[in-house]
Amino acid sequence: MPEYTRLIYNYLRHDKKFPHVWCPGCGNGILLGSLIRAIHQTGLTKDEIVLVSGIGCCGRLPVYVDFNTLHTTHGRALTFATGIKLANPSLKVITIMGDGDSMAIGGNHFIHAARRNIDVTAIILNNSIYGMTGGQYSPTTPYGMRASTAVYNSIEQAFQISELAVTAGASFVGRQTVYNARLLDGLIEKAILKKGFSVVEVVTHCHTQYGRQNKMGSAVDMLKWQRDNAVPVEKAAKMSPEALEGKIITGILVDKELPVYEEEYNKVRAKAKGLS
Amino acid sequence: MVKESSKTKQSKSAASSKKRRKVVAIDVFKAWCKGCGICVAFCPQEVLAQDEQGQAYPKKLEACIACMQCELRCPDFAITILTEERLNPAAGGVSHG
Repeated sequence: MPEYTRLIYNYLRHDKKFPHVWCPGCGNGILLGSLIRAIHQTGLTKDEIVLVSGIGCCGRLPVYVDFNTLHTTHGRALTFATGIKLANPSLKVITIMGDGDSMAIGGNHFIHAARRNIDVTAIILNNSIYGMTGGQYSPTTPYGMRASTAVYNSIEQAFQISELAVTAGASFVGRQTVYNARLLDGLIEKAILKKGFSVVEVVTHCHTQYGRQNKMGSAVDMLKWQRDNAVPVEKAAKMSPEALEGKIITGILVDKELPVYEEEYNKVRAKAKGLS
Repeated sequence: MVKESSKTKQSKSAASSKKRRKVVAIDVFKAWCKGCGICVAFCPQEVLAQDEQGQAYPKKLEACIACMQCELRCPDFAITILTEERLNPAAGGVSHG
């Protein structure tokens, strides 16, 4: 019998103000539940997990959970995470970032963390907009969509986070929507257990900003939109590029073995000391 | 557990099917429910409905098949399906502190 809500209560900090700060129906809450279930599945204790977040709506996420948590500066979640991992490699470091946080302000940190292949799990919430600051367009706002700083339409092409992570050299990349919460659990669990830099792009909705400005309706309507547009990667391989226009390709995009940074670093240390 | 629960307990489920898990109650924690309507919209059996404040309540408790889709997607962790096996750990359920 699956335990969801009761299980989640065991991981929350009940001295914090609940219900949480996010809008009614926000996907961040669904991801928080998913993340807790995934961590529970891995069997890791609360003390072994470090949650690092940047700035944005999802920056608030680690505040609510009873792990080692760190709320850092804008775009710098991965840099703090790198420091933590190298200082104590026995910890499982998970970063929570938004699309603006990871792609715009922390864009360089993201690609270099992927290239370096440090054993950190990066969970990126992609809601295609800067939700907290008033709905400005972000690097992942699709072409032609509206935002408060693109009142006619966005004239820039959007970043494809997962594809960027694949090209930058991450050893595990997956994408899933918050609608498919159970699949998201499994994906996050795999990413946490993966040795090396692992990226989970979580396609979520911001009905307050993105949905309202683009007339996409309520949280329920946007979840239905995710349900109708998500295409598993196996099915997408058989589809034409035209048919995939505007679709969300979900599943594991890359899962490969690469030398992990901390291990390589220890080898260099041993060599420098003349031990090997 | 720190939170206190406002149970919307209803009469025992009349579900007759043997295979079906017997749902005793659907607990909606009103202090946390923001009334987003996700649980209502994605319930495959249309068990839930929204009251005048938008908060969820079990309208057709006997139709609940305990698929847990509402628990899975509730962004505010406000809904719990209480089945017989959950309430009675001796019958194979899991106990809660």
